[in-house]
Amino acid sequence: MHIIDSGNVAAALGVKLSRAQVIAAYPITPQTPLTEKLSEFIESGDMAAEYVPVESEHSALAVCIAAASTGARAFTATSANGLLYMHEQIHWAAGARLPLVMCVVNRGVGAPWTIWNDHQDSISQRDTGWMQLYVNDHQQIIDGVIKAFMLAEEVMIPIMVCYDGYLLSHTYMPFEVPSPDQVDAFLPPYKPAYALDPANPANLNTVTMPDVRLDTRGVTAHGYMEIRYLLQEDLLNAVDVMGSVEARFKERFGRGGDPFYETYRCEDARFIAVSLGSLSYHLREVIDRLRDEGIKVGIMSVHLYRPFPADAIAQGLADAEGVIVFEKALSYGYEGALCSDIKAALYPVNGSKKKRPFVHNYILGLGGREIKTAHLHEALLNSCTSKASAGRAPQWIGLKI
Amino acid sequence: MKESIQIRWHGRGGQGAITAAKIVAKAMFQSGYPGVAMVPTFGTERRGAPVFTSLKISKDKIYDLSPIERPDIVVVLDHVLLEEGNITNGLKEGGILVVNSPCSLEEYHYNGCTVAICDINSLAIKAGLPEGTINSGIIGALARVWKLVDMEVLIEAIKEEFGDRRPEQNALAAQLAYDNTLIGG
Amino acid sequence: MGTRQYGRKTSHSEPGPGDGGRTGSWRVTRPILDEQACIPVKRGAPACFICWLYCPDGTISRTVPPKIDYEYCKGCGICAEECPTKAISMIEESCFIKTDEGEK
Repeated sequence: MHIIDSGNVAAALGVKLSRAQVIAAYPITPQTPLTEKLSEFIESGDMAAEYVPVESEHSALAVCIAAASTGARAFTATSANGLLYMHEQIHWAAGARLPLVMCVVNRGVGAPWTIWNDHQDSISQRDTGWMQLYVNDHQQIIDGVIKAFMLAEEVMIPIMVCYDGYLLSHTYMPFEVPSPDQVDAFLPPYKPAYALDPANPANLNTVTMPDVRLDTRGVTAHGYMEIRYLLQEDLLNAVDVMGSVEARFKERFGRGGDPFYETYRCEDARFIAVSLGSLSYHLREVIDRLRDEGIKVGIMSVHLYRPFPADAIAQGLADAEGVIVFEKALSYGYEGALCSDIKAALYPVNGSKKKRPFVHNYILGLGGREIKTAHLHEALLNSCTSKASAGRAPQWIGLKI
Repeated sequence: MKESIQIRWHGRGGQGAITAAKIVAKAMFQSGYPGVAMVPTFGTERRGAPVFTSLKISKDKIYDLSPIERPDIVVVLDHVLLEEGNITNGLKEGGILVVNSPCSLEEYHYNGCTVAICDINSLAIKAGLPEGTINSGIIGALARVWKLVDMEVLIEAIKEEFGDRRPEQNALAAQLAYDNTLIGG
Repeated sequence: MGTRQYGRKTSHSEPGPGDGGRTGSWRVTRPILDEQACIPVKRGAPACFICWLYCPDGTISRTVPPKIDYEYCKGCGICAEECPTKAISMIEESCFIKTDEGEK
């Protein structure tokens, strides 16, 4: 069924269709109407789940961790400083290998206070061991949530589904809502190998010694480092699992099929722009205009940011002369995080021209600064025509200083 | 850029500009425009503060969600806004300006644009709505001057949107506004 | 000796003796129960069991009389502190000498 509604409703419908059993959320700023919608579904009996209102985002994630430890499918959502307040529990959920799904409705972080969109909140959480999926429109929000549950539960690693605050969260556009039967056939119930059980009590994630140990059965059990190694190993393997989840999704629903990134007019492109989220759709307008002006340029929209599909991304960019990364976030003191990741992915690559592409980095739209099509056009045109003349530091678009 | 119709809505916090734009978005989608996107430009909302939202309509998917800079149509829910800011900024030549105003048509001239005015506040009260409920009426005024949208589809979309909140009165307000809109330029 | 074949990917410990090794040897003082003062023994029925409840290592049984597992009791003394009838005393470990027949 096609409906027109907000991105938040798309996300809430995805959670409902995925039959999440526990929702815990802090209801006040910077929360979005997504969790309000879920509380309405539960209150009206449309959704069989426990809704736990809590006093902070830290508690919201703690409740989800507890719920998932008992074998329940759990979900939460937050934004900006709320996400940062969760930070300690974010690491915990990954180390505890709980397949939580969390929507991060991207907003800038304080100080100074802002409520508007950028990507600093979720980008700053990239090293926590969570997976991160960035989506570009409402269809990808609802589909992304459903796929996220499957991926998280197959690899037992939590995942953030990130979508732009306001630009997507509060915008109305059409999207297809799959039927509950379709989703049930795609996504099996959550069945962890171990769930807390009074008949088989266990201590989870207690102080773990630097070295391995013998457990009560006399079996060698992991030390801290083995547990962390396995998280890294499974994250790297999750790239392939994501490929498989996406293929199964496409087979059943007839949509998607781009597990790592989505490209537009990249086939013969000499220059490729790269970005995350709705900005990469906005850039399509600029690509069309530049193509009309005779410049062979395309856009790569990265969906899976963690684990970083480095091989696939390097393959997609290796033959370009230039790569231009547009980011709404910054690793302060250096450059955009995505830009650094892309440079690292390209390091071992020799493209068909036996030369690595140059990489330019633009920072824009921080704290909701309006992104004008004309500015994007100017920046991309400059990068495509003046080649590698830019310095190492990222360039800012729309800055009025 | 692909062909699209761009309607910018200006109102005040609490007037329902976003709901009105949403109703038109749904009606256009049902009328065979798969590319609709209604992008509210949010601030820290306060009742009475100026707000605006961008409605883009196309036969193709809308990829650019940035605020409208060159509108085909500007809809103004409160005529006083025209004196406060540059509401008609970027309005295309030959475009349409729709204003909820008790003033006469002669007072509005905008650079070759078609102007449609309607005193929606009084018509809404006539339709049985509480004072200040104007977002259903403004849709009727828009429909009168903008031929692309069918009034019957809009009336259905209004009834659906308002559900159990006076759907018949809201539909009537839209119809009264449609019948009483004056067009000049 | 690796842990890859071990089934779990997280830190997971089960209740039971020995997860932290045989901690009985850590003891400096040993809890000794005076059964004459112990409430369950005096009543001849399950009662009180505050020692069982408070023992952080689960080395006291919920039986009449309560039994202390000296293989794992670390000698923290919480049971002696909490016992409402002061039936448990902490005795210097050096007072117990190993003999062929066991400890005395």
